[in-house]
Amino acid sequence: MHPIPVTTTATATSEISSEQGEDCVEAGSSVISARNIDVFYGEKPALTNVNVEIPRHQVTAMIGPSGCGKSTFLRCLNRMNDLIENCRVKGNIFLDGEDIYAPEVDVVTLRMRVGMVFQKPNPFPKSVYDNVAYGPRIHGIASSRADLDEIVFNSLDRAGLLDEVRDRMHESATGLSGGQQQRLCIARAIAIAPEVILMDEPCSALDPIASARVEDLIDELRQKYSIVVVTHSMQQAARISQKTAFFHLGELVEEGDTERIFTTPKDSRTQAYITGRIG
Amino acid sequence: MNSAVLPQRIRTRLRRRHAAEKRFRCYGVVALCFALAFLFVLLATIIINGAGVLIHKRMLFEVVVSEHHGDRYGAMIKDSWKAQFPEVTERRQRRALYGLISRDAEFLLRERLADVPVPDNGIVVLSVPFSSDAGEFLETDPDKRDSFSKRLSTEQRGWLERIEAGGKVETVFNSDFFLNADSREPEVAGILGALIGSMLTMCVTFLFSFPVGVMAAVYLEEFAAKGRLFRFIEVNINNLAAVPSIVFGLLGLAVFIGLFGVPRSTPLVGGLVLGLMTLPTIIIATRAALQAVPSSLRYAALALGATPMQAVLHQGLPSAMPGIFTGAIIGMAQALGETAPLLMIGMVAFVADIPDGFTSASTALPVQVFLWADSPERGFVEKTSAAILVLLAFLAVMNSAAIYLRKKFELKW
Ligand SMILES: Nc1ncnc2c1ncn2[C@@H]1O[C@H](COP(=O)(O)OP(=O)(O)O)[C@@H](O)[C@H]1O
Ligand SMILES: [Mg+2]
Repeated sequence: MHPIPVTTTATATSEISSEQGEDCVEAGSSVISARNIDVFYGEKPALTNVNVEIPRHQVTAMIGPSGCGKSTFLRCLNRMNDLIENCRVKGNIFLDGEDIYAPEVDVVTLRMRVGMVFQKPNPFPKSVYDNVAYGPRIHGIASSRADLDEIVFNSLDRAGLLDEVRDRMHESATGLSGGQQQRLCIARAIAIAPEVILMDEPCSALDPIASARVEDLIDELRQKYSIVVVTHSMQQAARISQKTAFFHLGELVEEGDTERIFTTPKDSRTQAYITGRIG
Repeated sequence: MNSAVLPQRIRTRLRRRHAAEKRFRCYGVVALCFALAFLFVLLATIIINGAGVLIHKRMLFEVVVSEHHGDRYGAMIKDSWKAQFPEVTERRQRRALYGLISRDAEFLLRERLADVPVPDNGIVVLSVPFSSDAGEFLETDPDKRDSFSKRLSTEQRGWLERIEAGGKVETVFNSDFFLNADSREPEVAGILGALIGSMLTMCVTFLFSFPVGVMAAVYLEEFAAKGRLFRFIEVNINNLAAVPSIVFGLLGLAVFIGLFGVPRSTPLVGGLVLGLMTLPTIIIATRAALQAVPSSLRYAALALGATPMQAVLHQGLPSAMPGIFTGAIIGMAQALGETAPLLMIGMVAFVADIPDGFTSASTALPVQVFLWADSPERGFVEKTSAAILVLLAFLAVMNSAAIYLRKKFELKW
């Protein structure tokens, strides 16, 4: 079914190990650390005692069966959970050593630094240009019209979408295909130059070819951003991530190098999941 | 598809299902026809009754402007009118004669003399309306004029027919109806006063209820904590939408007029009262429209670091605008047709001037309809229907504006 041959997994992972050494000094040090995270929806616990480190300039995959709390955890990282009426988060999350749940933290600033791409492409019902320009505009990032143009073009270029939309910058973004819309959402997220990009199953609404393009894109973006990807596809996690965290029933069961998780899982539940016995 | 292959039991059932389907559609068509027929009869009656108002009879009247009358224009009119009927001598006859032309004639003369200097021969030719009964008599087919025997004496009818034979009667478009305010005389009573009153009132209603309603709805929907207080407010807004309109009139009387001293009988106070009445409708519609906007748009904006206010102003409201306009127009249409609350705040007063501002005494279209329908003079019957038509036309214009705005916002997608 999948157009990408399984062998890619091997190449991808072997590349990582060689790359890790020559990446910038900070690569691999953690950009986000989550300590003792508990999340409740009302009285119902959704996550219990999650501890995880998100490495800088790498792709971290969160895998696990549906309903195990992957999205919930992802939303903790940019405090989108604040928007859910009865959701309570306990514990600490440090972004570059700063507790993002501290009372003095401004969520607007936090979300400038931690961008998010959603499961279903959600472009604004505006032009392609305005979609990408939205973030820079509200934050006043661009100093001039030309500056803004440059940000928009750069972001689209980095999202690998520029060539496809160059002639339709001022047409409605809702006219793009699903895959293009999702890459537009990525371009929109990187237009405000975040440090971390969170992606919640970014390919689940896309066809295999569009998914492959997004996967390639994620791999490229890792040069500049730290990326956390939620996915329920183990193959995808294996292809694109350097680090994997496996969630099960609201617990972080196991985390570690992707290669190791997929070859020698320590926990029996991880083993069961990657061999397709649960999920 | 050949159903013969199906078992007998299923075939029978299938036949019955198709029959039921046909019956169901028939009911629908019948219901629709029923509704349309009523609507048609209603409209047709109003149009037939009201159409007569478009044209009326006037008389080309030569008034002799004489020095010795000074500015007693009524006397000039009477003298000139009487002069045309030398045989009239008795006081009773003179009264009957004066009753044939509109009492408005003297005002027309005054206006004319203020604008145009008197010619040397002292004769001013004026187009004056007949009194309501006389006008109606002249508009009636000569064969059917006998029915007027109760309203006009034989003598009066004779005079009118003589004037008519003299070629002094003209049939013209009744601009009076569209350019005058209300009057005690049906023949010159016009709708413009009430129309402008309604427009001013609607302006106030819109300017008050739209921003306040949208703001309140946005706050409730996007910012308010959804606690017990929230639910209490929510229930009460829904209840307010069902409160009889006259209660809002009482409230307006007590609060706006009594407490704040807003001048009574004015578009300002009328608009505020109707605005209060419209508020719940707009709040409910706006909330529903905001709820219908996919939350993914709001989340997208928030995740980019938009403040909640920016998220709703940039993403929520623009997408909700068509729905908000629909709600606003329903509320405004209701307000436009509302009579009862306006009675409470004095907009039912007789106002013979066209209102020139938000604080000048005024009436409104539905109140005008009510006033005319309530008047004993026969001449107002036609005016009542015509006023209803003007009200309906106003409504249609308002609706079209809303549809236009809605389309405009939809195109932005
Ligand atoms: N808004 C919410 N309100 C209440 N419960 C929720 C909400 N979102 C998620 N949950 C619950 O939390 C658990 C984890 O959900 P989620 O994080 O969406 O899982 P995943 O993304 O791994 O499929 C599920 O049991 C789900 O029912
Ligand atoms: Mg999920």
